[in-house]
Amino acid sequence: MKLEAKNVSFRYTEGGRLVLDHVDFTVEEGERVGVTAPSGFGKTTLLKILAGYEKPLEGEALLDGRPVSEYRGYCPVQMIGQHPELSVNPRRKLKTVLDEGDWSGDFGERQRIESGLGILDEWKERYPVEVSGGELQRFCIARALGTRTKILLADEITTMLDLVTQGQIWGFLLGETMRRGLGLVVVSHSRELLEKVCHRIVEVDRKQEKNDG
Amino acid sequence: MNIGITDRNTDIVDRNADIANRDADIVDKSKGVENDVLKVEHLSVSFTQYGRGLRRRTLHAVEDLNLSVRAGEIVAVAGSSGSGKSLLAHAVMGILPYNANMDGTVYYDGEILTKERAKRLRGREIVLVPQSVSYLDPLMKIGPQVTKGKNDAATREKSRRVLAGYGLSEDVEEKYPFQLSGGMIRRVLIATAVMETPKLVIADEPTPGLHPEAAKRVMGHFREIADTGAGVLLITHDLELALSAADRITVLYGGRTVGEAAAADFLCEEKLEHPYMKALCRSMPKNWNWDGYKLCDSGEILEYMRKEYGR
Amino acid sequence: MSTDRAFWKDRRFRMLALAAAAAAFLLAVTVLGSVWHDAALETDFSRKNLAPCLKYPFGTDWMGRDMFARTVAGLSLSIRLGILTACVSAAIAFVLGLSAAVMGRFADGAVTMMIDLVMGIPHILLLVLISYACGKGFKGVVIGVSLTHWASLARLIRGEVLQLKASPYVKIAEKLGKGKLYIAFRHMAPNLFPQFITGLILLFPHAILHEASVTFLGFGLSPEQPAIGVILSESMNHLAMGRWWLALFPGLFLVASVLLFHYIGQTVCRLIDPGSVHE
Repeated sequence: MKLEAKNVSFRYTEGGRLVLDHVDFTVEEGERVGVTAPSGFGKTTLLKILAGYEKPLEGEALLDGRPVSEYRGYCPVQMIGQHPELSVNPRRKLKTVLDEGDWSGDFGERQRIESGLGILDEWKERYPVEVSGGELQRFCIARALGTRTKILLADEITTMLDLVTQGQIWGFLLGETMRRGLGLVVVSHSRELLEKVCHRIVEVDRKQEKNDG
Repeated sequence: MNIGITDRNTDIVDRNADIANRDADIVDKSKGVENDVLKVEHLSVSFTQYGRGLRRRTLHAVEDLNLSVRAGEIVAVAGSSGSGKSLLAHAVMGILPYNANMDGTVYYDGEILTKERAKRLRGREIVLVPQSVSYLDPLMKIGPQVTKGKNDAATREKSRRVLAGYGLSEDVEEKYPFQLSGGMIRRVLIATAVMETPKLVIADEPTPGLHPEAAKRVMGHFREIADTGAGVLLITHDLELALSAADRITVLYGGRTVGEAAAADFLCEEKLEHPYMKALCRSMPKNWNWDGYKLCDSGEILEYMRKEYGR
Repeated sequence: MSTDRAFWKDRRFRMLALAAAAAAFLLAVTVLGSVWHDAALETDFSRKNLAPCLKYPFGTDWMGRDMFARTVAGLSLSIRLGILTACVSAAIAFVLGLSAAVMGRFADGAVTMMIDLVMGIPHILLLVLISYACGKGFKGVVIGVSLTHWASLARLIRGEVLQLKASPYVKIAEKLGKGKLYIAFRHMAPNLFPQFITGLILLFPHAILHEASVTFLGFGLSPEQPAIGVILSESMNHLAMGRWWLALFPGLFLVASVLLFHYIGQTVCRLIDPGSVHE
């Protein structure tokens, strides 16, 4: 599958500042692309548009030639965010996060991903506030890796975590994307991380650049 | 394979004993040292928390934390979220929430820092560079916020000099916070902090959301502050950033001190003693190396830490 | 002994015990009052206008009716009416709030306008109008109170559902191909339930107080009923003659039961929705 943003512009409020200004971006299955740009340059927004969470003001986000936001049912493009505590329902046990993933009855596949991410059985009976951010993020990643996922968008997913967890998570994700031939888009402020994980790195380019970062 | 793991475990136990010895040494030596600006001994902070229904638990957020900051030095405290680092700042400043219980002693300038003394000194000798931009009043121009409302010529002259020192031009004083970028706001917060020539600066996560270049510049400013003879306590989750700026690093895990090391020691894994710190060192992206299975070998360190540190 | 002490030290247990005691008291008043309905109406001119004494702790009125029995019976009626109207109100609030949030812009506009309308007119005025239009009496009060108390809870539910719809975990569930029913039951219901229950319980005291007020003003229950509002308005004629007990005790009991309901509501809120209170 091929996911592309064509000439995309976006602003959050009418008359507000353009967060994205005519941006082009492409990623294909099996390809790992890093995205880097100073804060406030719309990296998260670009990913949200690519995942179909937001509709672009101008231009289009296409998955195999069809707008991503028009896909009904399971979306082959899944996004993981920076704050796992916002991405799970605080009133439901963590096992329900895993249940939401797309396993099509393939219990072995689900178990392989859980153990690859180091998810312990005892965590599944807890509520989100009862585990650490690193542990919670592992659940969010597992949920996004269902069998029908083809392209994964990772927005600073390890920025708030400790280095050991970061190393483990990226080790697993790299292996998993290679094994399944997934497409991967990585947003990170760490150039070193992108260089170790990605095939190529894209600088998000904005024409109306402000002079201060 | 099994033999290897057993080996590593005994190794870990041995090293723990070593670390305990070394800690004892440090405490002994520093008793004579007068230039500790800040010294924290056996600090514990706990909360009583209520869950849904009748669930209640006492949360030991910080346990037996030790640390010292000398004049002219940047000491970084690094730990992931939930390791109790922000509470350390609040405990020193005497601004813990009402439902927190604090144990242990904080020395400032060789004397015990009580809540009353902290209240007297904070904002003058001890200043906090806060984590959040919301500490600035959104309805007030930058100039008066930096001078804290004082309008005499000397203060204004000083604020102009300080702001200029951080690369902020005169017209910034006439702007409101929302008109500034994230990086500029951080610099305004630091400028506000150093207006009083403090002896101890506590910076609580001063760089999140900043571009690496901007973050490095902020770190440079902390170095300048330390060079004027103040002690800087830098609290951050970003170990790599801390390494680029600090003299010494204290690593926290689950509210406890894992160990302390000179920043330079992190360049070479062998110089680090605690297995968790070794694992941190190995886990830095620059040391990653894809071997077909994993990027770095952190072994069972998280399982070990969960067992040892209880979370 | 030590477990007892730990029990009382725990603020949560203490709160729960107090709330349970309050609920038991209110239940006792409600049951006792409906049993004493006839005793409250019994006149006996041989004992009229007695000040409070051991036999008649709240005194008697100008027709020799036992004020204690009358107060309890009146309160009981008010509580039963309050619970009925609060439940009807909450049901209206739930349906309207939910449809405003999920049925599109037109429904939202209509419901929001109705909420603004009801909240813009003083409660008691609207209540008097509706009750009067419906012919006063039991029917008038029930319709009046029910139709005036749903607005704030409906607004709360609407806001909560809109917020849930925009929350990242609901949006993620949509991208994972989960249907509307799954999201409504698995994601929204667990978040709405505590808010709704708390809102419902906190409606009771309002409904009770407003029922008493509208009856006091003469637009509510008929004078034969032993209602608190009737008792208070009748006592006005006798206060000038120094019969203070006719108004004091019924008034105090009304205030007390309203406060107790409020306390129960807050306790329940803390127990089932701890995130909203950090203590």
